[in-house]
Order: sequence, then C-alpha cells, then structure tokens
Amino acid sequence: MSDSTATASGAVAEAHHEHPPYQRHHFESVDQQFDATNFAMWLFLLTEIMFFGGLFTAYLIMRNWYYPAFVEASHQLNIGWGTANTGVLIVSSFTMAMGVWSAEMRKKGMLILFLSLTWILGMAFLGIKSIEYHEKWVKHHVPGLHWSDSSFLNPASDPEVYKEYHDKPLAPDMAEKTGMYFFLYFAMTGMHALHMIIGISLLTFMIFRARQGAYTTGHVTYVENFGLYWHFVDIVWIFLFPLLYLISRY
Amino acid sequence: MSAATIVSLPDQSTARVPKMNFLTRENGLLSWLLTGDHKRIATLYLISITFFFFIGGSLAGLIRLELLTPQTSLMAADTYNKVFTMHGVIMVFLFLVPSVPATIGNFVIPLMVGARDLALPKINLLSWYLYVIAGCMVIYTMAAGGVDTGWTFTSPLSTHYLNTHVISTGLAIFVAGFSSIFTGLNFIVTIHKMRAPGMTWLRLPLFVWSNYAASILMVLGTPVLAITLVLVVLERTVHIGVFDPAYGGDPILFQHLFWFYSHPAVYIMILPGMGVISEVVSTFSRKRVFGYTAVAFSSVAIAVFGFFVWAHHMFIMGISNYAALVFSLLTMLVAVPSAIKIFNWAFTLYKGSITFETPMLYAFGFMGLFTIGGMTGVFLGSTGTDIHLTETYFIVAHFHFVMVGGMLMAFLSGIHFWWPKWTGRMYPEKISQFAAVVTFIGFNFTFFPQFILGTLGMPRRYAAYPPEFQALNVFSTAGATILGIGYLLPILYLTWSLKYGAVAGNNPWQATGLEWQIQSPPLTENFPVIPIVDHEAYDYEWLERQQEKEVASVG
Repeated sequence: MSDSTATASGAVAEAHHEHPPYQRHHFESVDQQFDATNFAMWLFLLTEIMFFGGLFTAYLIMRNWYYPAFVEASHQLNIGWGTANTGVLIVSSFTMAMGVWSAEMRKKGMLILFLSLTWILGMAFLGIKSIEYHEKWVKHHVPGLHWSDSSFLNPASDPEVYKEYHDKPLAPDMAEKTGMYFFLYFAMTGMHALHMIIGISLLTFMIFRARQGAYTTGHVTYVENFGLYWHFVDIVWIFLFPLLYLISRY
Repeated sequence: MSAATIVSLPDQSTARVPKMNFLTRENGLLSWLLTGDHKRIATLYLISITFFFFIGGSLAGLIRLELLTPQTSLMAADTYNKVFTMHGVIMVFLFLVPSVPATIGNFVIPLMVGARDLALPKINLLSWYLYVIAGCMVIYTMAAGGVDTGWTFTSPLSTHYLNTHVISTGLAIFVAGFSSIFTGLNFIVTIHKMRAPGMTWLRLPLFVWSNYAASILMVLGTPVLAITLVLVVLERTVHIGVFDPAYGGDPILFQHLFWFYSHPAVYIMILPGMGVISEVVSTFSRKRVFGYTAVAFSSVAIAVFGFFVWAHHMFIMGISNYAALVFSLLTMLVAVPSAIKIFNWAFTLYKGSITFETPMLYAFGFMGLFTIGGMTGVFLGSTGTDIHLTETYFIVAHFHFVMVGGMLMAFLSGIHFWWPKWTGRMYPEKISQFAAVVTFIGFNFTFFPQFILGTLGMPRRYAAYPPEFQALNVFSTAGATILGIGYLLPILYLTWSLKYGAVAGNNPWQATGLEWQIQSPPLTENFPVIPIVDHEAYDYEWLERQQEKEVASVG
C-alpha cells in the first residue's frame, strides 16, 4: 500500500520541499504526522477504556449481588503472585518509558536494551499468569471447563487457604456463584493477557526494526505510540489487581 | 417540473473526463486491494455495501411476501425468524452504519477539509478488510443455517434457549464493529489535524460536522457492543456468564450494555445523513445554511444526548419507574437538536432559489419522512404510550421511517449529489427524478400502513397474524414492490452513466465546497497545491468572484 501511495503522489512530492524519508506523503509536515498519529493512539486507548468498561461494569454489579461468593472466591487468588506481577508490570512500564527516551536521544544500543527488557518483563508477567491459571485448573476453579465448588461448600477441604482466612461454608446457591467470580476473573485477566500478547508481538517486531536503526533517526512516533499502549495495558492491570485480589482483604 | 436548473456542464462536444485521475492512476486488482487512497477505499466500500444492501433488501422482500397472507404460507415460522434476523443484522451492521460515513464520508471528508488523504490510510484500508471479513462471516452464518435471535441478541434467548449460529453472527458484528471504530477514529483525527490552512472549525461544511459527531459515537459506543458480544459468545461456549439468569446473571445488564451502543448507533446511522441534507439543501437553494452554527452544534448535541437515552428501549423490561421517567425526559431532549436541524433546513429554503434536481428531491423526501419518524419517536419516548406501542408494528414503522425514509434517502441523495465528482459523469436526470418519486411513493405505501397496524396491536416478529390485519399488510407488501423498483433503478442507470453519462466538469452544481473546486474525478493526491481557505462555508458570493477571475480553460 505504501508503494502505491508513494508512486501516486511521488510527482507532487518532488515538486515541493524536501522532507525526511519517514514522512508519509499525505502529511504536510513531520509535526503534523506526529500530532495526527499520536492523537489517533489516544483515541484508540479511549475505545479500549470503553471496551474494558463493559467488563468492569459487569464485575461491579455481580460483586454487589453475590458479595459473600466474591469474597471467598477472591481468597483463592494468590496475593504473592499478584503482587509480583504488579511489580513486574510497573517496572516494564519504566523500561518502556526509558525505551522511548533512548529513541528520542537516538541511542540505538540503549533502545534495543530497554525494548528487550520490556519484552522479558512482559513474558515474565505472562509466565506468572500461567502459573496462576494452572493453579486454578488444578483446583477445579475454571468455570464451564473444569469446575467444582467444593472448596466453597467446605472451605476446610482447602487447608492452605482455610488456615489464613477461616472462611465459613457458603450455602449451595451462593457457592455456585463463585463460578461467576471466576468467569469474570478469567474474562478480565484473559482479555488483559490478550493485550499483553499483542504488545509482546509488536515488541518483537520493534526490537527487530530497532536493530536496523529504524527508530533512532528522529522518527520516534512508533515507539512513542507503542509506549502509550503498553502503559495503558499496565494501567488496566493496576485496576484489575485491587478489584480481583485485594478488595476483600480487610 | 420547471426547466429551471443550476446544472452547468462543459460543452459536451469538446469536454473529456480528465485522463489522469484517481481511478486511472494505476490499474490491476492489486492496485485496488492494496490502495491507501481514501477515494479508492470509498469506492470499494460503495461496491460492498451495495452488495449487502441487495441481500438485506431481498430478505425484506421475503418478509413482506410472507406477510401477504395471515397464515405462514411461504415459509415456516422458524425460517421467518431467521429471515428477519438476517435482514436486521445485515441492514444495521453492514449497510446503515457504514453507508454514508464509509462511502461518501470517506470520499469527500478529506476533500472538504483540504487534505490529501485521511490521516491513517492503512487503518482505513484495514477498516474495509474488517468489513469484508465481517460480511463473509455473515454470509457463512446464512449458509450454515442462520440465526433467529433478532438483531438485538436478547439474552437469555440468545445465550440459553436458541441453538442457531449466534456465535458466528456475534463475532461477525464484533469484527464489523472494529471496522466502524477505525473509520470513526480516522475521521476524528483527520478533522482535527488535517484541515487546510484557514479551514477553521466554523468554516467546515456541515457534512464534516455531522460525520465528526457520528465518529464520536462510533469511537465511544462500539467498544461496549464489542465486549458485550464477547461476553455473549463466552456465555454460549463455557455455559456460565453474566447475562443468563440460570447462571445467576442479569439479563437487564445485557440490555443496558447492548443499548448503550445500539441506541447511539441509530445516531451513527442518521447523523451523516443529516450532513448530506445540509449540503444538498444549501446547494439547491443557492443559500448559506440558515443558522450554520446552530446546525453544526446540534450534531454534537445529538451525539452527546444520544449517550444518555438508551434505557428508553427498556421501559417494559423491568427498569425502575424512576429510571423510566428520567430516560423518558432525556429522550424528549434529543428532539430539540433534531428539530433545530429540520427548522434550519426549512429556513434555508425560505427565499432561496430552489431547483429540483434529484439530490434535492431525495432531500425533500428525507425532511418529510424523517420528521414523521422523529415525531413518532417522541410518542415512543413517552412511557405511557410506549407500553402500548412497543413490540408492535408501530416500532417497525417508526424506525423504518427514520432509517429507510431518513438515512437511505439521504444516502441516495448524497450518491447522486457527489456522483459527478466521483465518476466525472452525470447520472441521467429525468429517470433519476422518476426513481426518487417512485421511492417516496413506494416507501409511504410500505411503511405508513404499519403505523396503523401497530396502533391496532399487530405485534412485530411473527410470521402469522389475525386475518383482520390482512388489508393493510397487502398495502404494505404492494408498497414494498414499488420501493424495490425505486432501488433497482438507480443501480441500473448509475452503472449506465459510468460510460454514457454527460461529462460533468469540475463543478456541475456550482457549489462552494473545496471538493467542487478540483477536477472530477479528483487526482490521487486530491489537491496539486493545498488550498488556503479564506471564505466561510456555503459562501456563494465568494464562488461568483472565483468564477469571474477564472480563465476559461480546457479540461
């Protein structure tokens, strides 16, 4: 597509002033190009907020309806892993911000380093997440696929959690609703993880391009916009973590 | 019809369509499939939405044929449910939502703001591919046996009781939603960042304003529908979820989330149409749109109010009386900016030099039918009457007056209006005026009886009905036949005009917009030199001065 645009407007582009190779031909200036793509990214993040907003709404309503089930189900989450993952993501946001800075400063080596660090931290997040998912699977806490509510009908059957919280047995109809909590848990963290996977794929591509020197010639738009996306995905987790892990611990 | 016309065509014996234009710049299938040019993508969109319009239209024909008799004579009730569902899904998501924005908007917005392209050409192309993927998924659904939830996917019907292809339809709409998000996002960025020097916000043509407002709705509303459909799909696959009461879910939550998009969606559908009408009414009355600023901001007001009225679809669904009261009042509020538009168009006509070319005929059709559609919307927004009228044919008539009588008329008006710019050739005037009148007559025959049927209590979405309703249903089906002819005619003569139409020249309507000051069809880069805008929108005096200065040149 870029080819066709280039040939189509090539004649005109030559007719007026010189511009850097990364400027797309339908823009009048590099500033305009940067402004436009940056603004577009912010708008896209706005749509993402609305997208996750639907899930958060559903979560808040269900939590109000089935409060006891949500409290006990929340106790099943491993707060250690959750905190570790929060730390991993916050650090990855820092390395990403440093990556943008390196691109702006035209430091190719540092850019590759920071993008790689971000990549590693992103993978670490997914690794920890998969440990947690595995734990849910083992405990039969995957609604619809591998499910049993016995740990809520008889909390003492799960001594590890029981000795910490001393949860009372839930009535069968309420114990059933812990499935709703885990459904939302998987839907929300799954959707978040999907965004992480997309981010990591883009990062792989960017590390490859950065090695060719693509972002250290003054054209930082791509890195900067990706940075916005990465921070956004981080912020979503910052909301998920207290809502899913912390909210019932007092 | 008087002979008065504003059409000014170049001398046909010498005029030629310019050899170098966006259509001829490159040849071959790949040059189209990989294009970044907004005009080519608009053309691709025009072809694809016309295709789906004819599928959706044929399904509508089947519905009307079935309803010719009180018994289920043509198809079984199950099939009927699938037919009206597919009609709704295709018409709403694959025709009405992208109709004006993705075709006409895609084509003219960069021209109107004085830009070489939309801000994000690759995203624009991606939007079309997503649309095509969504279209293929819908066709797959139909081939595989269809879906019968109605286009509203009401839970728990869609998540629990039915065993038809809800998942593939849901995913198709999810994909189509992203196509529409990307179009809206592109428009907002383009309108903010790509305007030519001197093109201030209050100099923008009203078509741009109304598409801007619709884009806000697309960007903020569509993701909510997307996540709602994801939850429906999950609920069907893992058999637990937040909507189905059998699993402890809340079906009202589904309604809230669904209508949070789907009510604003009707403004996504109608606002760009209103923009077309502003352009057309101004051009064919030779006057600046009366109260330009009010019309511009009324579009934004509709977009904003549009987000706060969704629960009027749920008056009978168990929301509280207080919620119903508040949403009823807010619904009345939307009537205000809509009325501002209608009154301002009427005042634009006042003392204008009106001529009756085809786009103007469609625009008159729009103004009348949209007014009826809008006013009946006020009936439905009042909680008391809504309880009597909802889920009857009154609703069906109401939204078809707005969507078909309003948006489709506006779409056809716009297609005729910009056809000379798009193709470089005029459509044949007499037959298209005839088609516009046929459409108007056919439309009223089809849908007006449905208002009466609705007040008499005929429910929607049933294949059979009591015999005493037959006379009005026969009227409606007969009207649909006329309407069908009205829609077939344009596709025939517009195709004919591609080769045999009169050469249009740059500005056949002597209109003021920037898009009319360049050659038809435009060059790939639109403007050889980016224009500097020094006049207000619809400034016909400025145009006169331009033409005085112009040296007669060969095309």
